[in-house]
Amino acid sequence: MTYAIRAEGLVRRFGATTALAGVDLAVPTGTVFGLLGPNGAGKTTAVRVLATLLTADAGHATVGGYDVRREGHRVRQLIGLTGQYASVDENLTGTENLLLIGRLLGLSRADARARAGELLADFQLTDAAARAAKTYSGGMRRRLDLAASLVGRPQVLFLDEPTTGLDPRSRNELWDIVRTLVADGVTVLLTTQYLEEADQLAGEIAVVDHGRVIAQGTPEELKAKVGGQVLAVRPADPADLPTVLAVAGEVARATPEVANQTVTVGVSDPEVLPAVVRRLDDAGVRVAELALRGSSLDEVFLSLTGHRAEEDTPTLEGSPA
Amino acid sequence: MSTLTATASPVAPARRPGPLAGVRHTLTLAWRSLVQIKHNPMELLDLSVQPVMFVLLFTYVFGTAISGSPGTYLKFALPGIIVQTALFATMTTGFGLNQDLTKGVFDRLRALPVARWAPLAGRIVADTVKQAWSLALLLGVGMILGFRLGNGAAGLLGALVLLLVFSLAASWISVLVGVLVSEPDKVQIFGFTVIFPLTFTSNVFVPTDQMPTWLQHWVEVNPVTILADALRGLLVGGPVAGPVGQSLLWAAGILLVFAPLSVRALSRRV
Repeated sequence: MTYAIRAEGLVRRFGATTALAGVDLAVPTGTVFGLLGPNGAGKTTAVRVLATLLTADAGHATVGGYDVRREGHRVRQLIGLTGQYASVDENLTGTENLLLIGRLLGLSRADARARAGELLADFQLTDAAARAAKTYSGGMRRRLDLAASLVGRPQVLFLDEPTTGLDPRSRNELWDIVRTLVADGVTVLLTTQYLEEADQLAGEIAVVDHGRVIAQGTPEELKAKVGGQVLAVRPADPADLPTVLAVAGEVARATPEVANQTVTVGVSDPEVLPAVVRRLDDAGVRVAELALRGSSLDEVFLSLTGHRAEEDTPTLEGSPA
Repeated sequence: MSTLTATASPVAPARRPGPLAGVRHTLTLAWRSLVQIKHNPMELLDLSVQPVMFVLLFTYVFGTAISGSPGTYLKFALPGIIVQTALFATMTTGFGLNQDLTKGVFDRLRALPVARWAPLAGRIVADTVKQAWSLALLLGVGMILGFRLGNGAAGLLGALVLLLVFSLAASWISVLVGVLVSEPDKVQIFGFTVIFPLTFTSNVFVPTDQMPTWLQHWVEVNPVTILADALRGLLVGGPVAGPVGQSLLWAAGILLVFAPLSVRALSRRV
């Protein structure tokens, strides 16, 4: 197996803060690799080191086989970067933004123009091509941003929180684009604080917290690591929540949680399900929704780190899974 | 969407960009800074209306009071107003750089295989073009109002070169400010709080001997005075060698101090 990205023991400090405390990564060519973690976990720092924007204090990394530190210019010919910290020029039109990148990459004027037209069409921006990017909506801007990082047909694409702040429809569109890219053989390193996003896109996920990879594997492996399943019960009448909470806790012998008027509790014995149904029936609680499912990445994160992935950013999209 | 990527060229990537490629990157990035004006007409207004307004206001409001007649005053003040305009214009370098840094455009450019110095150089080239535009505009308006070149084309060329050299050096101060402050507006605030007093306590608008004695000491050593005198010498007439030499020394000094500081601050920030 060849690896598009390899990192060993990356350390990066900012003053007294250690953003990366020894990160190892190995991303096979042609796959999507997810870096999952809350704000401040070190995801963006890792991407900036791999994209040659920042040098590591210690450790070693290669992208496409080239050393990010000693062969930065070669690495930069292979990569595309999109994200919260790499952006389009708001005072240029969509076309001009892509022309600029094309020309900087050494395309002739005609080729750069053709490439810009192609990408604008692919990203449904043709109608807005002659407008300054500052007039674009958030979703359009993100699409232009992604288009800009694809002008040079990169082999490795870094997506730093590509859907943060996007509405669900724009987010789904962006996910589709990423899937298309991977089908074309591009390697994608994706950072996200959305567990659902990593689950949807990534073949392999590294969970990052406080500058360290604390767990790594396929979404399924990570879920299996935590073990067991989750029982979710939503009563028809929210007034019954305390009863449901009590019953679920007692039967599952674990501490249940409440979110969105749904009680969830980790269970290891499938027999719990009928038992809970009987007890709730006896108590006269009408149930609107009852499900037994594999644990979501949210639970994985909680059990790995001791805190929820999104607790720092409550204003963003709703709870995953 | 097969057009998205297709396959990249199998040629091994170059180890570093050649100097010619660097020049090409610089020109492309300069184009980018200039084409922005199309979508931001306010900037053109800033570059054009403000200097012209200064010439008209000072010539007709203060001209008679300071020099006896607007025509005499114009001859004295226009070279200085050109200096003031050029100094204000250097702030656009820092303003634009800060905008690129805060919005993430700078990172996008640095993640591309372009010469490391091209983003900064592109900005400075574009700002030099803007400087030349302002200078032409100011001289044009001055000519309409009765300003005449005392040393012909050679003096004009010398003035242009000296002004651009000095601006180039001064734009490093602007770069340093642009790197250090947190948002673009602060660059402008800095510009106003420093450049206004600096130009008003020079002999740009008022001859030195009309000021209080204690202030005259400062006015005489103020680099703005020296540069204004140099431009007067080149455009109107009078001593040239002394003020031009001193202006070049100041430019060299500013460059030697601020260019390394700016580069260091920039590499710390990104």
